[in-house]
Amino acid sequence: MTTQTLDRPRAERTAQAPFPLSADRPSFDQVPTYDPSLSLTGNPAYHPSAGQKVALAAVGLAALACLAGWASGTGFSGLLMAVVVLGFGGGGVAYAWLTYGRGHAGTHNHGIMFSAQQARGHAGWLWGILLTGLYVLVYWFPQYLAGLVAVFDPISNLLGYPEGSRQWVMYGSFYTLAVATMGVRAMLKYRHVRYQRIRTASVMFCQLVFGYSLPYLLVFFGQPELYLHYFWPLDYDGLWPDTFGWMPLAALIFGAAMIFIGTPVLTYFFGKRWYCSWVCGCGGLAETAGDPYRHLSDKSLRAWRIERWMIHGVLAFIVLTTLILWANAQWGVLGPVAEGFKKWYVFFIGLMFAGVIGVGFYPVFGSRVWCRFGCPMAAILGLQQRFFSRFRITTNGSQCISCGNCSTYCEMGIDVRWYAQRGQNIVRASCVGCGVCSAVCPRGVLSLESGPLTARFGTPQNNLIEDLDILDAS
Amino acid sequence: MDLVIIGNGIAGITAARHVRKLDAGARITVISAETDHFYSRTALMYIYMGDMTYTHTKPYEDGFWKKNRIDLLRDYVERVDTDARCLHLRSGGTLRFDKLLLATGSVPRFAGWPGEDARGVQGFYSMQDLDRMEADTAGVQHAVVVGGGLIGVELAEMLHTREIGVTLLVRSDWYLPAALPEEEGRMVNDHIRARGIDLRLKTELAEVLTDDAGRVRAVRTNHGDEVGAQWVGIAIGVAPNIRFLEGSGIETDRGILVDRYMETNVPGVFAAGDCAQHRTPPPERPPLEPLWYAGREQGATAAFGITDRVRPYAPGVFFNSAKFFDLEWQVYGRLQTTLPEHERTLYWQHPTAEKAIRLNYAFAADTSGDGAAVPRLTAVNVMGIRYRHDVCTHWITEGTGIETVLQNLGAANFDPEFTPQHEADFVAQYNRQTGRSLTLKRRRGWRQRLDVLAGS
Repeated sequence: MTTQTLDRPRAERTAQAPFPLSADRPSFDQVPTYDPSLSLTGNPAYHPSAGQKVALAAVGLAALACLAGWASGTGFSGLLMAVVVLGFGGGGVAYAWLTYGRGHAGTHNHGIMFSAQQARGHAGWLWGILLTGLYVLVYWFPQYLAGLVAVFDPISNLLGYPEGSRQWVMYGSFYTLAVATMGVRAMLKYRHVRYQRIRTASVMFCQLVFGYSLPYLLVFFGQPELYLHYFWPLDYDGLWPDTFGWMPLAALIFGAAMIFIGTPVLTYFFGKRWYCSWVCGCGGLAETAGDPYRHLSDKSLRAWRIERWMIHGVLAFIVLTTLILWANAQWGVLGPVAEGFKKWYVFFIGLMFAGVIGVGFYPVFGSRVWCRFGCPMAAILGLQQRFFSRFRITTNGSQCISCGNCSTYCEMGIDVRWYAQRGQNIVRASCVGCGVCSAVCPRGVLSLESGPLTARFGTPQNNLIEDLDILDAS
Repeated sequence: MDLVIIGNGIAGITAARHVRKLDAGARITVISAETDHFYSRTALMYIYMGDMTYTHTKPYEDGFWKKNRIDLLRDYVERVDTDARCLHLRSGGTLRFDKLLLATGSVPRFAGWPGEDARGVQGFYSMQDLDRMEADTAGVQHAVVVGGGLIGVELAEMLHTREIGVTLLVRSDWYLPAALPEEEGRMVNDHIRARGIDLRLKTELAEVLTDDAGRVRAVRTNHGDEVGAQWVGIAIGVAPNIRFLEGSGIETDRGILVDRYMETNVPGVFAAGDCAQHRTPPPERPPLEPLWYAGREQGATAAFGITDRVRPYAPGVFFNSAKFFDLEWQVYGRLQTTLPEHERTLYWQHPTAEKAIRLNYAFAADTSGDGAAVPRLTAVNVMGIRYRHDVCTHWITEGTGIETVLQNLGAANFDPEFTPQHEADFVAQYNRQTGRSLTLKRRRGWRQRLDVLAGS
């Protein structure tokens, strides 16, 4: 045995072994990952500049304006709305610009795991509880939000929106403001990836136009309030018999064509992403306002098992509900049973799951809880994507180093690394094609692609048992 | 069969998984003094930067090991007794084995600098190193990192996220000269400097200066300059972690000597990964390969030897990749940074963005029908652009002619959708330089990839 004098490893010269063992050796699972206080300065990787602090102050001012409007009960129409929109929007965009827009482009998720707000610290839980509470009030007790609702009276008045349903104007305005502001943030954060810029622009456009401007324009001109980017089963009453009483025939034909023809065709070519991360309003909020929480999704096998039962259960539930409602409309035999199905569906899936849990729990369970566990549209698209689509995430040969960035930042809880490290493509029903796994990969291993249906899964590339030809080369 | 594996890194764990698949009856025990479970060493930097937690870096859930009947033991092996075929553990016990795999990895190299034992001077390899770095960099204003390799730039980026100033000492003219040609190396230099790192080329560490408490306060370079620093990262390379094998009868040199089946001189005792040294390396490979990818493949090869299904280590076309701050790098094939006489290079660099493509080709000894030498692709090097592993490897293995490669180059592109593609620029530059008039026939895409792999 020879040992080079100058190249000796340090451990050989000191009595200390490289890995000291003792009774109190650290168990790395227990290393705290965030500062559990409410302080914004406890994060060692977070060093806000003066400009960032000013921008945050503007956001804080908007929050105060909301509080003032809520407390006053009248909203000081006009002035407060301007402060809220400019504070949240302007302050938010300025903060995003100062954080991500300047300096060097690239994937910078530094400090997220130390952030009390983003890593389920006290601040994150507090924000989650606040959001959830707001949803509960908007859905069931809007009278307690009268002052906050009144902040958006200028818009409600313009539209001639009736008292009693004006909370939806407030909700829609906040929703759209969040998508717009946080959409700019997402575009700046991922500005080094053109796919992300285009995709984010698409969901922002769809929310701003199809989810906000167009429906209110229709209302303004005395037409029915239609949301053209939702159709059955997401707009669950789109195929229910009572809809046929009031919806324009053209809209009914469009909705039916989209679910029975447009959806399978588009999913065949592009995967479910054409809808979930490019068009959908829920997806739009998840990709923008939800982006800071995308890593909180559960990646365990247990979560995947629950996901498959739950989302397909919801799909079965809405198919059954729709059939029962039609049977009842036709023969009237089921009476109260049919109405019961309808009520339970609207309450549990439409309100509880899509709103309260789906968005309110962003800071706790991540941004796609609804899309992953409860959305019947995602279930249909997922089945099509899994069994009949050209879409896949391609893994680049053997280049994976198992670092885990892809799995960590997958908002749908897919353990992307499990496939990547064995050199296999990812074909999963839940993948919404956001492309962030590809953006955060430090080794250029992942890319979203469409190709022939055959060999979609690819051949495992760095598993010698399943890929013996590597060794047979000699 | 009782198999004991020392080391739960990528080599040891890959071997354990493959042995489990090949031999359902084997008893498999993995010993590690570092962590309870396998984690991805390559992700250590992301824990410090706050991109991930330790839990995120574990490629398998904790229940995976029980389900696959792989026993995990947290202990340190003090001595290997090959005669009695048992291990002596620090906790006091012994462990018998029929087959043994040594996958102990490596330890950071130190060059014997004066003062290198000071508090605040460390290498960066293990979870314990990360723990020490976390403790010792708290409140630090400035740090020095020594070494122009992949760990050096990682340390610089890590410290940078904590707003700690970094002086990076690199011995050569440009970054990673063993792997990168000058143009790419200088691109990395510029990239690192643009992040505010004080990169000092042709500079080496001479001495570590300490304060009264025995803690580092500054370093002196070989030019006599003094750089104030409260923390020093040593990243000049690694050496196999084999000291515990002294007197075991297992032959070592710099690493544990193994044959092409990863077996040592003691029958039934294997070695894989950073700690292994090939007696006869495969063609164009060094005897020691401290790389993630090599560890994985050596671990799998050892698993075949352990289960008596003998397959020699044959790693195929070389590849590697890294990321320098925001600049990605991939290489396929053996890239000669100093060109041999029969080799040529084609290099294209984006006029403004940090992107570059390099194709190396050689005039093969054999000739085509008309007697002219056919230049064949030997290596692909890309900066800021992603290329496909299978397409590049296919061309290099097949010895595809350089002009065929050029016309199909788009099929190798693996960048995300909508990313501007530059293969046409590359071909245009080739045409300008050679007076040829080639056109790019294939762009990025799955179909294009299939066509190339099918040879059509």
